[in-house]
Amino acid sequence: MKKLSNPKELEKLRKTIQNRRDPNKPVVTICGGTGCQASGCEHIIETFKKEIIKQSLQEKIDVRITGCHGFCEKGPLVVIYPSKIFYPMVKSKDVSRIISETVVNNKVIEELLYVDPSSGERITYEDDIPFYKKQTRTIFGSNGKIDPKNIEDYIAISGYSALEKVLPSMKPQDVIDEVKKSGLRGRGGGGFRTGQKWESCSKAKGKQKYIICNADEGDPGAYMDRSILEGNSHSVIEGMILGAFAIDSNHGYIYVRAEYPLAVKHFSIALNQARKLGLLGKNILNSGFDFDIKIYQGGGAFVCGESSALIQSIEGNVGEPRAKHIHATERGLWDCPTVINNVETWANIPLIINKGAKWYASIGTEKSKGTKIFSLVGKINNTGLVEVPMGMTIKEIVFDIGGGIPNDKEFKAIQTGGPSGGCIPRSLMDMPIDFDELKRAGSMMGSGGMIVMDEDTCMVDVARYFMEFNLDESCGKCSSCREGNARMLEILEDICVGKGNENSIPLLEELSEYIKETSLCGLGKTAPNPVLTTLKYFKDEYLSHIQKKECPAKVCKPLIFYEINSEDCTGCGMCAKKCPVNAITGEKKKPHTIDKDICTKCGTCIATCKFNAIQVKTGEKK
Amino acid sequence: MKIDVSHAKKIIQRYRKKKGILIPLLQDIQAIYGYVPEETVGLISKELSIYPVDIYGVTTFYTQFHLMPQGKHTIKVCQGTACHVMGGKGILNCISDKLGIKDGETTEDGRFSLERVACLGCCGMAPVVVVDEDFHGNCNFQKIDYLLNQYKSKKEES
Ligand SMILES: Cc1cc2nc3c(=O)[nH]c(=O)nc-3n(C[C@H](O)[C@H](O)[C@H](O)COP(=O)(O)O)c2cc1C
Ligand code: FES
Repeated sequence: MKKLSNPKELEKLRKTIQNRRDPNKPVVTICGGTGCQASGCEHIIETFKKEIIKQSLQEKIDVRITGCHGFCEKGPLVVIYPSKIFYPMVKSKDVSRIISETVVNNKVIEELLYVDPSSGERITYEDDIPFYKKQTRTIFGSNGKIDPKNIEDYIAISGYSALEKVLPSMKPQDVIDEVKKSGLRGRGGGGFRTGQKWESCSKAKGKQKYIICNADEGDPGAYMDRSILEGNSHSVIEGMILGAFAIDSNHGYIYVRAEYPLAVKHFSIALNQARKLGLLGKNILNSGFDFDIKIYQGGGAFVCGESSALIQSIEGNVGEPRAKHIHATERGLWDCPTVINNVETWANIPLIINKGAKWYASIGTEKSKGTKIFSLVGKINNTGLVEVPMGMTIKEIVFDIGGGIPNDKEFKAIQTGGPSGGCIPRSLMDMPIDFDELKRAGSMMGSGGMIVMDEDTCMVDVARYFMEFNLDESCGKCSSCREGNARMLEILEDICVGKGNENSIPLLEELSEYIKETSLCGLGKTAPNPVLTTLKYFKDEYLSHIQKKECPAKVCKPLIFYEINSEDCTGCGMCAKKCPVNAITGEKKKPHTIDKDICTKCGTCIATCKFNAIQVKTGEKK
Repeated sequence: MKIDVSHAKKIIQRYRKKKGILIPLLQDIQAIYGYVPEETVGLISKELSIYPVDIYGVTTFYTQFHLMPQGKHTIKVCQGTACHVMGGKGILNCISDKLGIKDGETTEDGRFSLERVACLGCCGMAPVVVVDEDFHGNCNFQKIDYLLNQYKSKKEES
């Protein structure tokens, strides 16, 4: 790769790459994201490579390892281009057929196709699958088309063309104005207006300014940032270069979670390739503008996702948030003006510059523009990452894209906003999702986790879970957050073991108010939200725990017990054999019984029983 | 057990006279020794004029750092929201029972360390367990049995 010395050369390189590529040449794309790795895609990739050599087709077929397509549950995913025939859950024994029949002869192998669980129909093309059909994949769509380790792939699909447009002909203020006009709001949680943030940093005094990409992604249940970094690091890098140009910064950082090794690897490969082409470094494309990015690996602390704590962490300190009376845009990293944006926010920037603010602002709702990637997980048929325009309703996401709830269970709630958010009940299913609607419902956008809960999810247990999380992750600086969350957790634990009383709920409410009012950073200020929303929408569940000592979802162990239904039990004895505490007894071929005093409710017997004879009950033991 | 501090000395040299280096420095040290040995803390303190209390402050604040040697295999069990809803707690309890250790501990034979983590970014396949670098999705009790046995026999082979 030769260093490019001006925007024209970049354009020329793009043309050369595009011309060199025959659009009709078959390409086998295999998802290599972390999700598909967990289902063994590496073995599939090897098999494809070997099989192509075996059939002497190296010259005729390309193999491309892409980033995450979003439909992780069905991995390993294989899409054959140019036809876009889609095979989910590919096994190595099918590889040779896929090559000889589909890739070479364009023949669809019926039995390997995806079967839509709701209609039972087989679907041939990726785009026709309901999970993808209702999505608007403006950011995430590129993931399936490019090899994240090859900058040429990104350039071929118009990558770095926003940079090409900006450097020769736009002024920094023009870029800021364009982003302002687009209405883009930060995807890291708070929904701050990105253009305004850049403008105040651009106006702040200081010789040195910094750009930071927040890739700490601590919200449990959200992984879109990881997938963007793994699948298309260049879109984030291009966004950061444009941002740096807009505020006149020469130094960028990306703060990545230590738990994301593949993301770090792909990002550093991308950085090196961009440097080699002269898209990063000194005098980028002969514009006189210098910019480079350093990778900083976080140490595994949720609170470090908070902007001031993140800055502390890069400075080498314990990640404690600072008071926000001075904004990072004025005094951030090393006391210099700093812009921090989330991964997904950065990935939106090239799109806005390329397609224009007007186009961007036409997507979404009045005050929330563009698309948002959600991680649709939990009790849902199609789990994975979905990108939809702001304003889509919960119902559309859960039922049309997500395919509803498995095993005919009842949809109970979605949880958004991570540990700062809340649970939104089924009754608000028609609510359009955007920053402001979610806030009105008592939750928030957060980074886009959307955890679906069904009738078997106990909302008190969920509230307890988040409180435990927040207490674990509280940095300990503010006593209201450190001690208050601990007291709230105690009360919630009491309720879950049947020791709640009439004071429990009023106390929770009172503590919530204090913690929200008196904590310094976003963690404490929002920590009570999961409790407050579950109290608001699911008070009856709290009351069942407190008054009747029952857990309606049959989750809280001290309030449940196991029983064997004598009609269904065949006396096969499997459960008795597997029970780790020997609580199950009975004669062969006769219904067995569980000694409730010994039983630890570990669930082993339920997992073992082939006849669904073991029942979980709540309330008084008979 | 005595450790060889010469590696640590070399690493420390690289970070001299730079600002904000403590975390990357400790990460490098841990990459060599598998944990942050006490001896290296003293060394960093002396060489770079950082108080031990600040070093321990950082090592205990960030979950990534260990002050004790870790087992041959590290098992991380996700306790993120998606995994919690899908039964991640049961998985943690199951492994904990089978190994006879709680999270944060290492088995006596030094074979396994057990950790709980909040979201591994694989929520689509909850509940998730990571052994060393390998992700295992959609875990259940049977799968755990199989997994543990696999890693036990791996040890015997080597
Ligand atoms: C406790 C806490 C954790 C946070 N974690 C993250 C995170 O993991 N990723 C992120 O982008 N923003 C996180 N934020 C939000 C950041 O403070 C900041 O607002 C954001 O990175 C700004 O980028 P944006 O304007 O593009 O959203 C967190 C905030 C708080 C209070
Ligand atoms: S919640 Fe377990 S991987 Fe995300």
